[in-house]
Amino acid sequence: MHRAVNREKLAFTILGIITLLVIIPIFLVIFYIVKNSIGVISWEFISQAPRHGMREGGIFPAIVGTIYLIVGTALFALPLGILSAVYLVEYAGDNAFTRIIKLAIVNLSGIPSIVYGLFGFALFVIFLKLGTSILAGSLTLAIMSLPVIITATKEALEAVPFSFREVSLSLGASKWQTVRYCVLPYAVPGILTGTVLSLSRAAGETAPILFTVAAFYLPRLPRSVFDQVMALPYHLYSITTQVPNMPLGLSFATAFVLIALVFLLNLASIIIRSRFGKRKVW
Amino acid sequence: MVENIITVKNLNAWFGMHQVLRNVDFEVSRNQILGIIGPANSGKTTFLRVLNRLNRLQRGYHDEGEVTFSGVDINTISDSQLRKRIGIIFALPQVLPVSIYDNVAYGVKIHGMNKKSEVDKIVENSLKRAALWNEVKDRLGLQAMRLSGGQQQRLCIARTLAVEPEVILYDEPCSGLDPISTAKIEEAMWELKKDYTQILVTNNTKQAARVTERCAFFLMGEMVEVNVTPYLFTAPADKRTDDYISGRFG
Repeated sequence: MHRAVNREKLAFTILGIITLLVIIPIFLVIFYIVKNSIGVISWEFISQAPRHGMREGGIFPAIVGTIYLIVGTALFALPLGILSAVYLVEYAGDNAFTRIIKLAIVNLSGIPSIVYGLFGFALFVIFLKLGTSILAGSLTLAIMSLPVIITATKEALEAVPFSFREVSLSLGASKWQTVRYCVLPYAVPGILTGTVLSLSRAAGETAPILFTVAAFYLPRLPRSVFDQVMALPYHLYSITTQVPNMPLGLSFATAFVLIALVFLLNLASIIIRSRFGKRKVW
Repeated sequence: MVENIITVKNLNAWFGMHQVLRNVDFEVSRNQILGIIGPANSGKTTFLRVLNRLNRLQRGYHDEGEVTFSGVDINTISDSQLRKRIGIIFALPQVLPVSIYDNVAYGVKIHGMNKKSEVDKIVENSLKRAALWNEVKDRLGLQAMRLSGGQQQRLCIARTLAVEPEVILYDEPCSGLDPISTAKIEEAMWELKKDYTQILVTNNTKQAARVTERCAFFLMGEMVEVNVTPYLFTAPADKRTDDYISGRFG
C-alpha cells in the first residue's frame, strides 16, 4: 500500500517535470529574441521604411504588408471555412460525397506550405493573371488556412449539445433558425479561437507568400490589392540570408515584431473566448 | 362521440433493420389526457415522436402508416407547423442556457412575433399556465439553468405553451423529479386540460393512474390494449397488461 503511494508520487513528479520541459523551448525562444533585439527595437524601427539596402531603418512596410495579408486571408477564409463547416455539421448527411469532402479537408491540412505557395503561384499569379499581389497572396494563405478553420468550426459546432437543436426544432423552428439562434451563438468562442489561431499561423508563413506576393525590397506602401508588399516573415528570411553584412540585431528585432504580432492575435482570441466563456453554463 | 384530434392507423417504424413499432392503431380525442405505459424499449417514446416527426432527426429511421391530425394527413403539414401545433416536453428538462425570459420567448420569436409588449404578455401567461410565474416573476433575467429540476421542467412546459400548440406530448416528464415537483407538474397538466390535448408517456404506472383519462399499454413495439384508465388498471383485457401493472414483470 505504502509502496503504491510512493510510486504514484514518483510517477506524478516525472510527469510534472516532462510537462515543464514543454514550456522551456518557448521561453528560450522568447528570451533569446528579446535579449538580442532589445537595443534595436524603437519607435523609429517600427514606423520607418528600411534604408541602405535594408541594413538601416525600420520595417514599417513589412508590418503593414503582413497586416494586409492577415485581413485579406480572413476575408476569404473565414466565410468560406465557417460556412462549409456549418454545412458539413448541420446539413450534410453521412454519405460517400461528404466523406470524400471530410477526407479532403484532413489531407489538405497535411500539405506542406511550400506546395501551397507553388499552387497559388500557378493558379492565382499565372493562370488567373492576378500577378504577384496582395490578392494572390491572401488567396493562397486563405486556402492554406481553410482546413484548420473548417476543423475548428466543426469541433465547436459538434460541441453544442444535440438537445439544443432538438428543443429548437420541437418548437417549430426551421433548420436555419435553429442553427442561427440555437447553435452558432454557443459555438462562437470555439470558432473564434480556432480561426484566430489559424490566422496567426498564416501571418507567420513564408513559403506561401514567397512567389505570390512578397517583395524583397519595396519601401513604399501598396496602393491597391494588385500591388506587391513586403511581409515580416519573408523580410526576416531575406535580411538574414540574402543581405551580406546585415546587423544581427535587425533580424532579431524583426523576429520580435513578428512574434509580438502573432502573440497579439492569440491574446485577442483568449480575450474573446473568456468573454463568451462566461455564458457557457451547460 | 368526442372528436378525434389524432388518428393513427397501421403504424410501423424502424431504426435501421430493427422494427420498433408494429401495426399500431390509435385514437386520441380532443382535450383528453392520454397515458402510454410500458416497459423500456416498448416503443412508447418512438410512438410519441412520430406525432411531431422528431424521429426523422435520427439516422436510419423510417416509418409507414397513416397518421391524421385534425383530419389532415400529417405528411401534408410542414415540419415547422406540425411541431408548433404539437409540442413536446422531454424526459430531462432541456432548458436553453439563456435567461428564463429568453427560454419562453424563443419559440415566440421564431414564429415571427417581435413586439416586446406582446412577447412580454405571452411569456407571463405561459409561465402562469405552467404554474411557475409566482416563483420566477421577480427574476425573469436569471440564467434558466440555475432553476431546480422541477422548475426547469415547468419552464419547458411554459416554453411549449408559448407557441400555442394544440397537443402537448410528454416524454416521461417526471422521471428525474422528486414527488413534490412531480405533483406540481401533474397539477399543471390538469389545469391545461381544458385547452389542450395531452399525451403522457410514463414509466410510472401510478402516475398514469393518477393523471390520465385513457391509457394505453405498449409492449415490444405493439400496442397491447387501450382503455379508459380505471378499466385498464382494474380489469385489463390482456394478460400481459395485467402482469405489467401488477408488477409481475417490467
